[in-house]
Amino acid sequence: MNKIPLIIQREYFSRVKKKSFLLTTFLVPLFFIGMYVGVFYLTKKSFDDSHAIVHIVDEQGTVANRLKSNKNLTFTTSSVALQKEIEDLKKEEDNTNILVVSKDFFETRRVELLSSGKPNITTQNEVKDQLRDIIRNAEYERLGLDGENIKKIDDTILITAKELGEDGDAKESHTEVAMGIAMALSVLVYLSLFLYGAQVMRGIIEEKTSRIVEVIISSVKPFQLMMGKIIGIGLVGLTQFLLWLVLTFALTSAATTLIFDQQDISSQAAAQSLQGGQGQAAAQGMDFLNALQSINVAELLVCFFLFFLGGYFLYSALFAAVGSAVDSETEATQFTMPITMPLLLTYILSFGVLVNDPNGTIATWLSFIPFTSPIAMLVRVPFGVPTWQIVVSLLILIAGFLFTTWVAGRIYKTGILMYGKKASFKELIKWFNYKS
Amino acid sequence: MLEIKNIVKQYSSHLALHDVSISVPKGCIFGLLGPNGAGKTSLIRIINQITAPDSGEIFFDGEPLKPKHIERIGYLPEERGLYKKMKIGEQMLYLAQLKGLKKSDATTKIRYWFEKLEMQSWWDKKVEDLSKGMQQKVQFVATVLHEPDLIILDEPFSGFDPVNAQIIQKEILELNQKGATIIYSTHRMESVEELCDYIALINKSENILDGAVSAIKRSYKNQTFLIAYKPKFAGYFTMESNDLFDIVEQQVVHHEHDEREMTIRIADQTSLNDLLSYLIQRVEIQQVKEIVPSMHDIFIDKVTQIRTTPAF
Repeated sequence: MNKIPLIIQREYFSRVKKKSFLLTTFLVPLFFIGMYVGVFYLTKKSFDDSHAIVHIVDEQGTVANRLKSNKNLTFTTSSVALQKEIEDLKKEEDNTNILVVSKDFFETRRVELLSSGKPNITTQNEVKDQLRDIIRNAEYERLGLDGENIKKIDDTILITAKELGEDGDAKESHTEVAMGIAMALSVLVYLSLFLYGAQVMRGIIEEKTSRIVEVIISSVKPFQLMMGKIIGIGLVGLTQFLLWLVLTFALTSAATTLIFDQQDISSQAAAQSLQGGQGQAAAQGMDFLNALQSINVAELLVCFFLFFLGGYFLYSALFAAVGSAVDSETEATQFTMPITMPLLLTYILSFGVLVNDPNGTIATWLSFIPFTSPIAMLVRVPFGVPTWQIVVSLLILIAGFLFTTWVAGRIYKTGILMYGKKASFKELIKWFNYKS
Repeated sequence: MLEIKNIVKQYSSHLALHDVSISVPKGCIFGLLGPNGAGKTSLIRIINQITAPDSGEIFFDGEPLKPKHIERIGYLPEERGLYKKMKIGEQMLYLAQLKGLKKSDATTKIRYWFEKLEMQSWWDKKVEDLSKGMQQKVQFVATVLHEPDLIILDEPFSGFDPVNAQIIQKEILELNQKGATIIYSTHRMESVEELCDYIALINKSENILDGAVSAIKRSYKNQTFLIAYKPKFAGYFTMESNDLFDIVEQQVVHHEHDEREMTIRIADQTSLNDLLSYLIQRVEIQQVKEIVPSMHDIFIDKVTQIRTTPAF
């Protein structure tokens, strides 16, 4: 009778029921949501705080009337002497300012902005923008130009970079976004391969040191025990990813609707667009959204799960072999280091060569070698990879993990029964060669 | 029950089993004896199909040994342990299910054994919260839970205090009476005579002695008797070696009553009757006892004999 399902069940539930699993599963999305909420909250707060009062001391005489109060700024003209103003300012709350416009403002264009706290950049920009308009209008008048018509001239240029696909279709290219996603994927895969691979190894070391392994392999084949463990822990990994995905999505939308109602967001947007210079930022934001839409999320998710699973099976088999050969985790380091070298190398390269030249020779080669493809291919996918390459790389990866599982199975079978024997690579090769 | 034929197992640097053949009759308690490193564990692992022999065959109940037989074998390894963080009840269920029991059957059986060995309160405890002896008890129950026809116990009493060892011994005998065949592997001889019907002695990878315990002991008898007696008449008296027997040793045990003891080895043609009629004429016989060597003596004798004779 096949007992693998029974083993998978134990390996899976004994981990999923653990407090630490629940903790990481729920805390990680909460952490991300917390960051998200935090950023929004702080931005909102800075908007609220940014309402400033500016007392104008207008030595020039015509400027004060032309400065207009709005949502963020209230201008007041003051008749009190400048000295007295400064005295008062010291007692005031934050964000109260005195704007001193010098007599020869139109020539020198110099003003002084005295602030009770640190001078606020937003306030400075606002004041600067309004003053610039005043100067500009004055210049137009002096030159006898019609300011209103000049403002109507539209000189916007929209440039769209497109990449030419193999099928001749042009699609919009958003290199920066692809880079960001690629690096994020690289980190995620690298960390999770290590995390779950080490769990497989730890589980095997535990069975070996607690000596339960001999009891179990008198009921099932060692290979079944190893595969049951690898599959069980793999499922734990998938469960965790899925829960993260669902939780992050659910919590994000919940947080968005709860904390910032629609009104608030639109008023923020309005406030933002009022500040002239930030119109461009808004356009960039739109651009980012477009870029996200241009990346095939479904393809990315499918590739992520397939390459994560493939890489996980390949590396966890090796971790299993290591776990069977040693008596403690410290002893395992000498083996895990060389085994995970290709992974580490690809990880490091993914921040340089791979994202800068995702279709170059190095990137292409690394995305076909099974030991490096789980990271290398995922880094390339956001930039667009021909489907045949993904399929071939996956097939090689499958062949790769079948091979490592076969090798690991042979070492594992002998290793788990060797108690207190210092294993070396030579010893492992000997174990591999034992007849079954 | 188990027929082991010409098993050879070679590890890279040494020969673990060299042409070992053993026959384990159904329903017996079979002692697998031998010093440490003799090859007992290798043989047991082969019977449990944990490793495979290089050559040779094993028959289980007349059929060649196959993976399906695993469910009819219960194995308590010498190197044993449990999942430390797992609850006892869940752990037992898991191990029983691995042996092919249904979950419901397993639960009933675990409850039966827990009651029998007074372990009811242990179900929800973790292994790490139990003492070593308690863990051994759990392990024993896990071995016999699926009612195997063949139970293999490798040093089952190590780690038990005398009271618990007694309890486990009683359970082993009871299982045997219910029909289970038991292979009991040990290098401690004291319990062998009490428990075993048959033995095999493995030394240096070879089976050097096997058969029924009674037959082995009979074959190792060397016509030695212990005789306690009193001289018939007061005064000077000595017993001397003669045609009928040789005196190995003699001594006075009680001077006042002149009670004496002697160990003699009788000649091949001497019958017990000849000996007694000779003695009756001369002394008052208080006790005659044939000296049979213990398994311990035989074990030591056999093993050292081989050690002192140069191999090859």
